Amino acid sequence: MIQLTRRALAGLLLTAALTVSFAPAAPAFDGRTITDITGREVQVPTDPARVFAAGPPAAVLLYTLKPQAMIGWVSAPKPEAAPFLLPEAAALPELGRLTGRGDTLNLEVLLSANPDLIVDYGAVNDTYIDLAGRIQEQSGVPYALIDGSFAHMSQGIREMADILGVPERGEELATYADRTLADLDALLAGIPESDRPTVYLARGSEGLETPARGSINAEIIERIGARNVTAAETQGLTSVSPEQVQAWAPEVIITIDRDFAANVGNMPEWQGIPAVTNGRVYLAPSAPFGFIDAPPSVNRLAGLIWLSHKLYPTAATGDLRTEIADFYGLFYGIRPDEAVLTDLLGE
Amino acid sequence: MSDRRLTGLLALGLVAALLIAAATGPFALSPSKILAVLGGDRSDPQAVTVLWNIRLPRVLAAAVVGAALAAAGAAYQTTFRNPLVSPDILGVSAGAGFGAVLGILLGLPVMAIQFLGFGVGLATVGLVLGLTLALRGTGQVLVMVLCGIAIGALASAGISLVKLLADPEQQLPAITFWLMGSLAGVKRADLGAATPALLIGIAPLLALRWRIGLLAMGDDEARAMGINATRLRILVIACATLMTAAAVALAGIIGWIGLMVPHMARLITGPRFDRMLPAAILIGAGFMVLVDTAARSIATLEVPLGILTSALGAPVFVWLLARGARPWSE
Repeated sequence: MIQLTRRALAGLLLTAALTVSFAPAAPAFDGRTITDITGREVQVPTDPARVFAAGPPAAVLLYTLKPQAMIGWVSAPKPEAAPFLLPEAAALPELGRLTGRGDTLNLEVLLSANPDLIVDYGAVNDTYIDLAGRIQEQSGVPYALIDGSFAHMSQGIREMADILGVPERGEELATYADRTLADLDALLAGIPESDRPTVYLARGSEGLETPARGSINAEIIERIGARNVTAAETQGLTSVSPEQVQAWAPEVIITIDRDFAANVGNMPEWQGIPAVTNGRVYLAPSAPFGFIDAPPSVNRLAGLIWLSHKLYPTAATGDLRTEIADFYGLFYGIRPDEAVLTDLLGE
Repeated sequence: MSDRRLTGLLALGLVAALLIAAATGPFALSPSKILAVLGGDRSDPQAVTVLWNIRLPRVLAAAVVGAALAAAGAAYQTTFRNPLVSPDILGVSAGAGFGAVLGILLGLPVMAIQFLGFGVGLATVGLVLGLTLALRGTGQVLVMVLCGIAIGALASAGISLVKLLADPEQQLPAITFWLMGSLAGVKRADLGAATPALLIGIAPLLALRWRIGLLAMGDDEARAMGINATRLRILVIACATLMTAAAVALAGIIGWIGLMVPHMARLITGPRFDRMLPAAILIGAGFMVLVDTAARSIATLEVPLGILTSALGAPVFVWLLARGARPWSE
């Protein structure tokens, strides 16, 4: 057994005293306390000016609500996204990701960017809840997590806007989201089950990676009233064989991969699938953010509009081009002209 | 049992595995339909597509990959006189994997990704052999294996770096799926591109199998019997590397086949290489065909082959060990 000598005891006490006295004093707090989706109480500044979005879906929502408060991207926007973004936002540095598959962000890098708030938006599960608490504890920066599912869409926008100190802007976008979803439900009410197509969502240049039913990456297919043919054992991204897709025989294929969309007509193993035979393979627009996925955030509202015209061409009312231009004007602050729209929608 | 009868039995087993595989799959095709389509019936275009463009190329690719990995493993084990050696000992799998994920990162077409994997896999082993020569180690085989481990580790680090740089939404899943090994995307053209390399690799091994067997007795004995051991060893390594690189380029990284199947073959035929190699090739082909049939049948999602071969391979291997001390070489 270790004998604790008086000297050692004194040393221990001294160390403890030093640790306490050098610990950072709690900063004078001018803000308020909110409770986020995880039930944690988070003290947020009244008007946060430097905000970091922890994942790509959060970055999209933050950008649409308060672009001037962004301090960086999880992953830099692709070059084709730049024309749709504010120049100062497009030029922000890539800091790395804090959540999801593998952290690439060094906390010291994050702290040297001096954020006064971290927000995350998207899937809420124990891992993300725990992560939020840990990062907040370790970095001392408040970290709020908001549910990003479709069911929670307008409420999530309001919550995020409230935290960011831009409630009017949030109300504007949330109202739009409510109206878009209500319009969709009205449209769906007139479409019998039998007229709703089966859909396969193809990712990867071979088209063989696909999100299964229940995955947030495929959530939009169910929200639009169609049936995702990929019913797999997991709720994430899976890999399937072309024979499996033949067996599912989807009526519509939606893809986010340009190569696959261009080549599927000539790929022998895809022939005979109704979607390919009938020319119903649709490449989802992806600038500045994907319509379907990549990332699954409020950009999917544009995806709902686009899909309602692709899946229900006879029932969908309204002009697709005008509606998409409206969405871009409201959410991204840039109203595309006709030429840009044509390019964007691939028409 | 005579060699000829044994080979005939194993070949029969392979044919049975091929038939089972051709009749199994998520797209429902009755045996009579399959026979009709094979006989040239074009009345059902979707059945023709499924059978000719998807299922048969995949089944044949599985057979070819299994045969190649098993033959390469058998050849490596015998020439290195070590039962724990597998085809990736000199870093070929890690190298081919690095080339392929680099291709995915660069957004290359699928054919180019496979070619890059093949090329970098060969280059890796070339580098290992060059290093071995440059170091002129006295115990050449040991130096070669150690160089292989070092270069293989370097290639693995390269794979990790590519994963870090990849776009996490799109490329990272593709890389992850690729590294786990799968035949899901195999097309007729892929099979056509990989088969020549596999045949070029396997033919010299079969032709020289008696001489290669002498290497297992040690260089001095082989030399006493009039064989240039160094030259033969380099030839075997070149053939086995060519086959492994082509197999990895076609199917991704599939572990255990190259280590385990030669041991299964040895259990049946005994340790003589000239008898063991044909058995290993037939068992490897049949085993891989059955594993791939399972991979595409047990669930709607594709179960990566690397997972299945390891899950099946490890217990079988331990069972083989438990069966006791059969000599692995003469």
